[in-house]
This record gives sequence, C-alpha cells and structure tokens, in this order.
Amino acid sequence: MTGRVHSFQSLGTVDGPGVRFVVFMQGCNLRCKCCHNPDTWSLTGGTEYEAEEVVRRAARFREYFGRTGGITVSGGEPLLQAAFVREVFELCHREGIHTCLDTSGSLLTDEVKALLDETDRVLLDIKYTDEARYTAHVGCGMTAPLAFLDYLNARAIPTTVRQVTIPTVNDTEADVQALKEIVAARPCVDKVELLPFRKICQVKYDNLGIPFPFGDLPEPTPDRMQMLKNLL
Amino acid sequence: MQHENWKGFAQGVWQEEINVRDFIQNNYKEYTGDASFLAGATARTDALMEKVQALFAEERKKGGVLDIDTETVTSLTSYAPGYVDKDREIIVGLQTDAPLKRGVNPFGGMRMARQACSAYGYQLSDKVRQEFRFRTTHNDGVFRAYTDEMRAARKCHVITGLPDAYGRGRIIGDYRRVALYGVDRLIEEKEKDKAALVDCDFNEETVRLSEELFKQITFLGYMKEMAAMYGFDISRPAANAREAIQWTYFGYLASIKEQNGAAMSLGRVSSFFDIYIERDLQKGILTEEEAQELMDDFVIKLRLARHLRTPEYNELFGGDPMWITEVVGGMGEDGRTLVTKSSFRMLNTLYTLGSSPEPNLTVLWSTALPEGFKKFCAKVSADTDSIQYENDDVMRPIYGDDYAIACCVSAMKVGKQMQFFGARCNLAKLLLIAINGGYDATSGMHIGPQMPVMDGGKLDFDAVMERYEIYIAWLMRLYVNTMNVIHYMHDKYAYEKTQMALHDTEVGRFMAFGIAGLSVVVDSLSAIKHATVLPIKDADGFITDFETIGGFPKFGNDDDRVDLIAKDMTHRVITELRKTPTYRGAEHTLSVLTITSNVMYGKHTGATPDGRKASAPFAPGANPMHNREENGALASLNSVAKIDYNDCRDGISNTFSITPETLGKTEEERVDNLVAILDGYFAKKAHHINVNVLNRETLMKAYENPEDYPNLTIRVSGYAVNFNKLSREQQREVISRTFHEAM
Repeated sequence: MTGRVHSFQSLGTVDGPGVRFVVFMQGCNLRCKCCHNPDTWSLTGGTEYEAEEVVRRAARFREYFGRTGGITVSGGEPLLQAAFVREVFELCHREGIHTCLDTSGSLLTDEVKALLDETDRVLLDIKYTDEARYTAHVGCGMTAPLAFLDYLNARAIPTTVRQVTIPTVNDTEADVQALKEIVAARPCVDKVELLPFRKICQVKYDNLGIPFPFGDLPEPTPDRMQMLKNLL
Repeated sequence: MQHENWKGFAQGVWQEEINVRDFIQNNYKEYTGDASFLAGATARTDALMEKVQALFAEERKKGGVLDIDTETVTSLTSYAPGYVDKDREIIVGLQTDAPLKRGVNPFGGMRMARQACSAYGYQLSDKVRQEFRFRTTHNDGVFRAYTDEMRAARKCHVITGLPDAYGRGRIIGDYRRVALYGVDRLIEEKEKDKAALVDCDFNEETVRLSEELFKQITFLGYMKEMAAMYGFDISRPAANAREAIQWTYFGYLASIKEQNGAAMSLGRVSSFFDIYIERDLQKGILTEEEAQELMDDFVIKLRLARHLRTPEYNELFGGDPMWITEVVGGMGEDGRTLVTKSSFRMLNTLYTLGSSPEPNLTVLWSTALPEGFKKFCAKVSADTDSIQYENDDVMRPIYGDDYAIACCVSAMKVGKQMQFFGARCNLAKLLLIAINGGYDATSGMHIGPQMPVMDGGKLDFDAVMERYEIYIAWLMRLYVNTMNVIHYMHDKYAYEKTQMALHDTEVGRFMAFGIAGLSVVVDSLSAIKHATVLPIKDADGFITDFETIGGFPKFGNDDDRVDLIAKDMTHRVITELRKTPTYRGAEHTLSVLTITSNVMYGKHTGATPDGRKASAPFAPGANPMHNREENGALASLNSVAKIDYNDCRDGISNTFSITPETLGKTEEERVDNLVAILDGYFAKKAHHINVNVLNRETLMKAYENPEDYPNLTIRVSGYAVNFNKLSREQQREVISRTFHEAM
C-alpha cells in the first residue's frame, strides 16, 4: 500500500540507537507549540510512496547500520498511517532491519496495535507530566499517551521516553522528578532522553506564514541541560 | 647475510635481498587492544614544541615565509647542520641551516625560483642565477618541446596545474631501507644492478637507466655525507629504535633537500618503527614515554618541512602543503592486522603535539580492523579534523599489503612503484567548449575540433553527448601527449635520484591523469536529460549562459538516474586516455581530486546548465555540488561510492563535514556512529573520505578573527590545511560547502 511521506533523512543519529534511516511521515493530529516540523502537519501534503519503495531506499543504507542501527519512522505522526508503517516494518524485518517508531502515542487503535507487533523499539514523547500543560500546549489530554505507555509496558516493548525541555514551561527539577516517576512505574522504559528546545525551525514557520507559538521562548543553556540530565 | 644490528629479528629473505615487506611480516607484532597504553607528552617535548610554535607564529607574522636562503642552491650537503634546540632534540636534521628557512630549488625552473623569492620580498642572488645560466631546467625543456596546441590548452585552462614548472612529486622513496640495510648495502645492490646491464642491448631505455643508476649511487653517497655532518654514520643498519627513526628521517630529508616535488610523501613507516621499538622495550632500554617521545620528535621534524612556492602554485594547492602522507593501519594479506602500538603512537601525536595538517595522516580502513583502533581513529577525527581514511579492502587486492599513499589518494607499492603526476583537466569547461563547437568563451580562444555552435532551442541529450564524446577523445589524446613531454623532461633535467635510489631498479610506473568539475558536468548532463535547458547566446552567437526549466535529479542523493552518469563519465575518460601510449610504458590512471584548485577551475569556467553561475567554484574532488544534497549525508556518500575505483585507480576524493550534534548526542555515540559510517561507506567499495566534525560557525569565526584560531586544522580535499593559510577566496569556498546537519 502507499503512504504519505514528508521526507527522508539518510543519516539519523539522534532518533533511536546507532545510525538510522529516518522516514518523516506527512500529517499530524497534534499542534504542539514547540513543534520543530510544522511542515509535516498537513494531512494532504508530502509524496505518496509504496511501502516497498521506502524499504528499498532504507536497505541501500544497510551497510551503515552496524549492529545497532536501522530504520526510524517519525513524523508528523506515524500512527495516523499505522497500516502503512506496519507494512514498512514488516518488510524491514524480512530484510533484517531493526525498526523504531517515533511517536506522541496519542492513538491506540487496532491498526496501531498491529503496527506494534512489528516495532522493535518505541521512542515515545511524554511532552509534559500533567493534564493542564498537555491540554494547553499539545491539544490532546494526557490520558492517551499514558495509556499508550501502559500498553507498551504490558507488551514489554523496549521504549525510550523523550521530552523536549523548554525554558519556563517544563525545565524545573520538579518536572524531571515527575517524569522519572512516570517512567519508574513502567519497566519497558530502558532509556529517558531530555532534548533541548531548539528554534532553528523558525524559518519553517516563516515559510509557511504561520506563527511559531513558542518562538519567543529562549533555548535552554547547555549547563541547564546537563544539570537536568544529571537528575535522571 | 647477518648483521650485528639485526640481532633479535626473525630471519627471512629480507636478509638476502632488499625486501622491507618481508622484514615487517616476519617481525611485527599486531596490536588489537585500545588506546589506554599511550603516554602523553613529556616536559621535554612540551618545551621543544613551545619553541616550534613560536617559530610558526613568527612565520605567520611574516606573511607565510620566515626566511629564504637566496645564496645557496638546495642540495643534500649545501647547508651547515641546523637545529631547533640542539640539546633537546632526539631526532635531528633540517632542510637548511635554520628551522623554517627555505632553500631555493631552480632545477624545476629558474623563473619560478625568482618569482617565489620576490613574492615574499626577497631577491634571488646573482650567484645562483649565474650558476644556472647555461643549465637547462625542467621547465626550459618542456617549453622547448610543447606544441602550440599544448600551450593553448594550458593557456585557456582546460588542462592546468601541470607539473611543467615545478617538481612533479608523488614519488615515495622507501625511506625504511636506509634504516634496515644502511646505505652501503643499498649502494652495493645498485652497483650490482648497474653491472648487470652489461647483458642488455644498449638501446635508449638501457642507456637512460644506466645513467640513472649512476646518479642514484652518487646521491646515496651524498646522503651518507649529509648524515655525517650531523654526526651519524648511516652506512650501516640502524641499531635501535632511535637510530631506525633517525636513519629513515635522513632518507626523507635527503629527498626534500634534493627535490621540491608537489607532494613528497613519507610512505608507511609506523609499524616498521614498531619492530625496533618493541625490540628496545623488551631489552628494557626504552620506556613507553620514550617511545612516544621518539615519535613526537620525528613528527615535529616533519611539521617543520617547507618548500618555496610561487603564488600561482598556492592558488592550486592552498595552505602551503607538503603532503607528507603517512599511512597507518590496514590489514595484511595473511589476515593479521598491520595495526601496531606505533599506529596508535603516530595518531597520538595529534594530542601530544596538537592538531596539525602535517604529516598527512591517512588511515587505511578495513571493516576487519580491530575495534579498539577503529574507535581511536574516530575519536581522533572528531577531536582534531586531521585525518583521512582510504579503503584498504579495495586497494589491498591490487597493491598488496605494503603500499602507501602519495599526496592524497594515489596508491603505490612502496619502493616498487612510482607515478608521473598529471594534475587535471577541466571536464566542465570541456562540455562548454563542445557545445560551442571548439570555442572557449571565457578566454575567447578557439581550441580543439572546429564545428558549428549547437543549434538554439532545447539542448538534446543525445546530440550533446555525441558532441561531448568527440571533444573528450580530442582532449584525452592531447592530455597524454602533453604529459609525455613533461615527464620526459622531468626525467632528463630534474630526475629524483635520491628517491629512486630507494626504489627497486625495475620500477612500475603509473601516469596519473585527473578530472575537475565532475559533479558540475554530471548535474549539467542530468539537467539536459531530465529538464529543459535552453542555451542563451551572446552577440557573436556563442552560448554563454543557460536557462534551465524544471527540476532534475542531482548527484549526491543516491539517485541512479544521475549517479550512473558520474560512473559512466569516469569510465569514458579513462577509456579514452588509454588509447594514447605513455612515456616509459606507464599505466594510465585517473583521479577525481582537485586539492583546492576547484576554486581556480571554477573561476575559469562559464555558467553551466546545472545552474552554476559563471566563475563560481566547483565542488572539490568527487563531492556533489554544495547544498544540492536533499536526503542527508549517507545518501551523498552512496552517490560518490558508485564511482568505480577500477576506473579511477589514482583515487576518488570525498570531503565530508558534519556537525558534532548531527553525529550523536554524546562523545561515545559520536565515536560509535562515525565508525559505523566509515564501515558502511567502505563496505560500499568507496575509496576515500576526509572527515571534519565541526560547525560552520567555527570557520566563520576563524575567518573573521584568524588570530584567535592559529592552529585550526581542517580536511579539504585529500589533505588537511591550517585554515588560516588558505586564501580568503579558498576560505569562503570551504565555508560554503555542505555541512551535514539534521534539522
């Protein structure tokens, strides 16, 4: 079947273990105020690709994957095209390529559950640790991502929990503590990553002619990031 | 044969014949561990290096040249011994009587020697000019024999950078032979070879060889004299590690005193030294710290080597490079790795002495290299941007396991093969000349077969290719013939006696041709094929610009529709070159390498159908054009990897810059990911890669405030340079290159 793809990145080193081929899916159901890929929001943009074609492209980089790398499907929100991504992952597994899903975890349909059958690792964004901020800055409540995480835990799918650290929004020690508590209760999570909020995407918002909601917030300092990471 | 200084070495045929490889194979100790054994710099090394840094600062302050001896013609024994700090130096020997003082070498050409002096505010002495008044230089000889067409091709820059006015270089003496055998044994063997000529017909070839052997033997004698001036007797084999390194260095020093070749590379000495170091360590007469000191001192000497160049030369080869290329690593034919502890010690000099473009440290990468060594290399790359990588798995089946790299990417068996260096021709300019029916709009010269300018209207791919093939055939024949003139004259008037004395008498020769502008031509042909390219004519009816409508696949995106044009183009060029016989029966080879001349080649080339503006720089070497890569770094690497090494046996250079953040989040991740990238790229049978891990901002800051970045080293195209030694134009071009960065 076909899916809508925004773009490919042949060298991904920050979205999953090792060197990865990253597929950015087109279309997103959320509108996070810190989003750095607003160009992937539209459900109608991008280019349609057959699943076989995506896997054929990924396989051209097999030599670089080593023992830990593979494919990562990101977005946009890959869960919106779960059946397509499932086919991609299934074909990857036939080729012996490790699969990684980068998602907000806001949907848990049967198709999504079927996709997780073929997923070796999930990179799950836990954007905030309370309902209020989720509602204010993401556009969905917190129930869905937590239910998603519980489901991953029940199925023991290796999971990396990620959070973008945004100054004045979620960059306190208490925020990190709250995240740690969420993670501690779900042993499927074997890694937690704090990612610094970045604004190089401003140009994308400018090109689209839409405001960058968090565009006026500062980026976190390296020292602050290190301090927070040390708490993990 | 036995010698007391060989005590403790395993026996082999190396004792009966000159055979360094056999010595290495019988005696070296492979090392598969990590870097934890390494020692740091000692107080002595730091003190010596402080003096050297002060000299470098002084040299920079004086505009790049510290001093010139304008009274003396350089040779092995023409200067008194020189020192940096006599009491502290462990390895001694300088090109002239003082550090960084440059000698003059008029054997390549008198005009060049004069210009080089005057460019830095000096005047070549009357004494030297008188000495050369009735002497033919290499440059004189070449221009006597050049045809009008050869001069025209040179003048309009369709072939440029040819070694017709400077030393050709790209010859690696097997300097290890001096240490292993001592000079007397080498002389003895050469005398035997000369005597054996008695059975040959004395045709031109034999007469030439007989005279060459005479010169080789004479200069081996001078080498002994030179060493004696420093108080060493190198007639006998080296007795310990210090002597082995000193003797080897004397071999190299003698060569750079005699010649000012463009690239005078070192070869493959680290694991050879390791055998002596191991013997001394076992005897208990050397410590790890002292072993590192020996390596450090040797490398300091290499970093002090200089040649006197003209400004035109610097435009081609920016940054005052010597290309003292030393290869480390690689695998042996028997499956053992050739990595030794001294491979680590050599790379460690980038920490003990700080990062530096010289020596040009080149890792021979194999997917089978020990993990500890791979990781150390990746760490050194990320920390210093000073090393390059070449594919041992691709070269070893061709050259065996005792080859080295001359200059940037030119492989040859050490002491058994050499090359006739041939710079490069401008394929992009040739495409424009073809479309214009033998007219070069940039220089206003008519050249090559004359035919009508191509019709207006959309350029047709097949028609353009048919045209282009005619011009490729014309230029490649002219190119080979021009090279034959140059190398005939170089052998005649500027023969490299010292270096050839350190080769077998029967030597294999390559004639190395090159191309510039590959990615420009490939994208231009792709545009003609996949988009609509409308030529724009000037008032005289010549095509000087293009309007390109619509998109087209671009080299650097792992897209076969365009990548295969690159593969096909290199194949066509080498096939055409092979049709014309070479001087001394040399084997034709081809490189895709530009050094920094991509800027100069671009300057002399009009607008191209790919959308590149007139005079804009080309991408270096085999690189895709800057910022046309849309699918990230690995897609770009895959495109370059498709060019077949068998068509380009003189090397395919790719320069890769990536920001630290894009390579990984932690140092450990960055090291692992770089190892994975190198393993992947070379598993794809790619040939070469320069790795820079840095941010564009760093370069921009160094461009604005050079004094804050005196030692910033960056890999450019087959070699590394001190960023501040590039011209402003070259610096801007380096800054404009693609920095792989994930958004």
